[in-house]
Amino acid sequence: MTSLPQSTERKMGLVIDLDTCVGCHACVISCKGWNTENYGAPLSDTDAYGAEPSGSFLNRVHSFEIEPEDNSPAQIVHFPKSCLHCEDAPCVTVCPTGASYKRAEDGIVLVNEDACIGCGLCAWACPYGAREMDSAAGVMKKCTLCVDRIYNENLPEEDRVPACVRTCPAGARHFGDLGDRESAVSQLVTERGGFDLMPEMGTRPVNKYLPPRPKDRLNGAGPRSAPLASPSAGATDAQGFFAWLDRALEKI
Amino acid sequence: MTQPQLDTSPKVSDEVRKTTCYMCACRCGINVHMKDGRVAYIEGNRDHPVNRGVLCAKGSAGIMQVNAPSRLRAPLRRVGPRGSGEFEEISWEEALGIAGDWLSRIRGTDPSKLAFFTGRDQSQSFTSFWAQAFGTPNYAAHGGFCSVNMATAGIYTMGGAFWEFGQPDWERTRLFMLFGVAEDHDSNPIKMGIGRLKARGARVIGVNPIRSGYNAVADEWLGITPGTDGLFILSLIHCLMSAGKIDLNYLARYTDAPLLVDDETGLFLRDSDGKTLVIDRATGELAPFDRKAVRPDPNARHPGHQTVLQLMAKRYLCPEYAPEAVAGRCGIPAPRIRAIADEIARVAFEEEITLNRAWTDFRGERHETMTGRPVAFHAMRGISAHSNGFQTCRALHVLQILLGSVEVPGGFRFKPPYPKPVEAHPVPHCKTQPDCPLDGPHLGFVRGPEDLALTEDGTPARIDKAFTWENPMSAHGLMHMVISNAHAGDPYPIDTLFLYMANMSWNSSMNTRGVIEMLTDTDENGDYVIPRIIYSDAYSSEMVAYADLILPDTTYLERHDCISLLDRPICEAEAAADAIRWPVVEPDRDVRGFQTVLIQLANLMELPGFVDEGKAPKWRDYADYIVNHERKPGIGPLAGFRGNGDQTGRGAPNPDQLQRYIENGGFFVNHIPGEAGFYKPWNMVYQDWAVGMGFYDKPQPYLFNLYLETMRKFQRAAEGHGERQPPDHLRGQLRRIMDPLPIWYPPFEDDHTDPADYPLHALTQRPMAMYHSWGSQNAWLRQIHGHNPLYVPRDVWDRHGFQDGDWARVSSVHGSITVPVALHGGLNAKTVWTWNAIGKRKGAWALDPDAPEATRGFLLNHLIHELLPPRGDGLRWTNSDPITGQAAWFDLRVSIEKVAPQAETDPAFAAIGSPVGRGPKNLQWKVSE
Repeated sequence: MTSLPQSTERKMGLVIDLDTCVGCHACVISCKGWNTENYGAPLSDTDAYGAEPSGSFLNRVHSFEIEPEDNSPAQIVHFPKSCLHCEDAPCVTVCPTGASYKRAEDGIVLVNEDACIGCGLCAWACPYGAREMDSAAGVMKKCTLCVDRIYNENLPEEDRVPACVRTCPAGARHFGDLGDRESAVSQLVTERGGFDLMPEMGTRPVNKYLPPRPKDRLNGAGPRSAPLASPSAGATDAQGFFAWLDRALEKI
Repeated sequence: MTQPQLDTSPKVSDEVRKTTCYMCACRCGINVHMKDGRVAYIEGNRDHPVNRGVLCAKGSAGIMQVNAPSRLRAPLRRVGPRGSGEFEEISWEEALGIAGDWLSRIRGTDPSKLAFFTGRDQSQSFTSFWAQAFGTPNYAAHGGFCSVNMATAGIYTMGGAFWEFGQPDWERTRLFMLFGVAEDHDSNPIKMGIGRLKARGARVIGVNPIRSGYNAVADEWLGITPGTDGLFILSLIHCLMSAGKIDLNYLARYTDAPLLVDDETGLFLRDSDGKTLVIDRATGELAPFDRKAVRPDPNARHPGHQTVLQLMAKRYLCPEYAPEAVAGRCGIPAPRIRAIADEIARVAFEEEITLNRAWTDFRGERHETMTGRPVAFHAMRGISAHSNGFQTCRALHVLQILLGSVEVPGGFRFKPPYPKPVEAHPVPHCKTQPDCPLDGPHLGFVRGPEDLALTEDGTPARIDKAFTWENPMSAHGLMHMVISNAHAGDPYPIDTLFLYMANMSWNSSMNTRGVIEMLTDTDENGDYVIPRIIYSDAYSSEMVAYADLILPDTTYLERHDCISLLDRPICEAEAAADAIRWPVVEPDRDVRGFQTVLIQLANLMELPGFVDEGKAPKWRDYADYIVNHERKPGIGPLAGFRGNGDQTGRGAPNPDQLQRYIENGGFFVNHIPGEAGFYKPWNMVYQDWAVGMGFYDKPQPYLFNLYLETMRKFQRAAEGHGERQPPDHLRGQLRRIMDPLPIWYPPFEDDHTDPADYPLHALTQRPMAMYHSWGSQNAWLRQIHGHNPLYVPRDVWDRHGFQDGDWARVSSVHGSITVPVALHGGLNAKTVWTWNAIGKRKGAWALDPDAPEATRGFLLNHLIHELLPPRGDGLRWTNSDPITGQAAWFDLRVSIEKVAPQAETDPAFAAIGSPVGRGPKNLQWKVSE
């Protein structure tokens, strides 16, 4: 019902490193702070000090546990999730009023709150659950990629990145043009095997995730890398140790 | 459709005010964006040495703290019974009058009747100065129930520990091993560091029963059984020593490895000046350890003596420390322990770093390069909050030292004013007289039995029994014992309990229900057993209801503070740094910064040091003190912009100092010269720089202590040597645990709790997005952590037939709780755990009584007693490390059984009255509208 641009000049987006994200929620709250005070309606909180507090957030961190079948230790992956600014964004095409749109210049998917009627179709259409209805304002809220930061001439140039990227303590969030093969984010995706979230949905997300590296390899099963028991090294009792010590001291 | 026109350059704020965060103890720099005079947005300060622009969830949520409905509004006097929460608002004049009256009477008769303990205080150099002027021996902050084992073991062993004392060389480390960290400590620097390591492919090994947070991203996770870290570390030492993978050159030059220990006394061989002696490899003769050009021999043969390294070989090469012998207990397979030891050795010795930086050591020898061993360690609460925590922390420091990875490139680096040998620290003081200051600083580092805080009849001088035979090296006091001891009148009753920022009737106490009963207990006359309680907090915490007089503090954005080099500074390995807080907004309530209130009370009581000879106050408030107080001539709370603004470290007070800090972004940094960047304890350029900064008055190079002679002195006392003798019932314990070389023994809980009845260990961790109790009132953070399940490992989950949504009764020898459970596969198979301090009492923190924090949140504290079970000897044995008195929170053992789902967690306490009412229903606001 609302059309997408044929192509965008740039494909601005996030690259999120799942090997590095410690699940601290810094991005969640920094986003909440910036986007309460800035673009569009504030992110409200219902029953803020009550029994069922519920507010709108544009970015949330979920944690998943994987229990491998080979009996090796379970692993936890912290998974920050916000709008992926898809190239084939179903949330845009489903919008009955044109409020949801994808910007032609940078590919950012935005909601024009003046035109939003709060019907919620877009949230239903998004396979990632990345949109949230603000219950106080009655409009749909979503990640803006901090469109009011990244070009903001009132900010120092180094701060013209989304709030979540600027604040991430572990440096697990990267921002840039994923349409430019030479950009730092594109190279990172190539080097680290970045992947699309749920590619089978055909949404062609711009945001990419970097996979966790393999874990728990030092289990003594493989060939020893630096065998401590090599005969020339030390000793298994004090007398042997003292003999080694004398030899070793001669060398220093 | 055409795209809407957007303003992509909206105005961000009217002004940015730069101050220091206080949403946890990390002390990051923050930019507070102001609109219309109000706080609009908080972000990290890019120039700040701690956080370099990043900020955690708590820090960004600070705006909701300064807006919190739980903020106290005015001084309060209790009008209902203790615990009712019924108060009347009074004026500051009246509040100061009441407090001044109570305190003056105590000071004029017996100052020890005041117990002044200051919780998570960041102004300890000031609060201790106040307590010393008052004259009570009963002062400490929260270190005793937090991480004193880590701090004390580090200072005694090598002149500094982790966190404020030092950091990994994030730039050069190739292998980072992280033990048992509670997830908040040094939070942003660790996250930033891990990010840097990951970005260049360096590896992280996590040792923690729980795989979450940092351990979730660690390349290797060792899900160790709680309380066995020391055994695991000693096994690594066994592997490394038996393979000869230790840095002999480093050990010989910079540690006590070559010192000669007398076979009979266990004390070091010394010359007539008291200087320790070594055998010089060049001459074969005895020589003072620090003589120019001496080459100490760690394998020396000297009749009647052995070197420290020889003693270590005899101990740690024993088969009892072999991986195969410890694997079952530690819950880590022996091949994996060997593989980890291999990896440590490989990186330390095969990936050696050489920096082309010349330096000169304290023996006058010039070195053309700096050799680095790129293995770095970090640890915190997890390994230290056990009754074997001190020895465990010692073992970890000894491991680092054996590898030669302390104060070298790629290893662990001290942050100024550390390194600082134990000899540069005070000993404890406890002599008290009416109307007189104490005879010296309360807290310190004992060198032997002669420094214990005992009265003439040998009984404890302090209410918390710090520095007694029960826990001789309790350098941070035992805050967790104060209420219990005061209630029991053991060693004596007190008159007034004065607390700051410590939620002692809830999450900061063991045995929470028992503590509540102690605070409200009355004697035969109907008077409270603890007669008077004064409390200062900024928020309506659970503790407020139990005080008689409330002195409301400001929030952190409304106050002056100094993050001082005299205290717990924010330095980096390559720079000294300190910082301030200043009121970026003025309070809209009748509240005052607690430190200013202490100054006003001191002025009222005319305390020495606070008034001049004519009894006129020296300082009107804390800001005045920060600028004008001199600890020694020229040395004050802040090191930057002294004198005319151009002096650093030493210099006259500068009336413009705070303004200069504000202009500089709220902090000050002074870089260490490049050639002084490593080997600091022995590096003469560093030593001279430190003297210039005022850290000490003359260079004091020293050796690391693999062997702690101080501990041997206590052991000897237990063997019957010396004037000051321990009571007989403690001799056995002292002989066993005061071992001068690291040992491992099972946590004390295992002595009295049958592992068959209580097969599981129970732990808490603090979440990264919540700090202690403060976060629960924060409308944003409580949506991340509003309640807490008990996490259960896979085997236990299956065995008990748990399903999602189930509840369990969890029991210890002390009590039981009923709580929701959740599965956590990445967990030591004998361990359950939960998030710390999420559970809240109904009525506190301006929350609805049905808040999930109160109905589905819970505290593990109810299962932990501050005392060990009675032994039939009539004595009260504290549940603490017997060396330092650190609260042994993590010794806890429990059993678990499935129960029917409940409406609320148990125990449920009646709601307390709120002096601030409830928060608003919904929040929808922009500061700019």
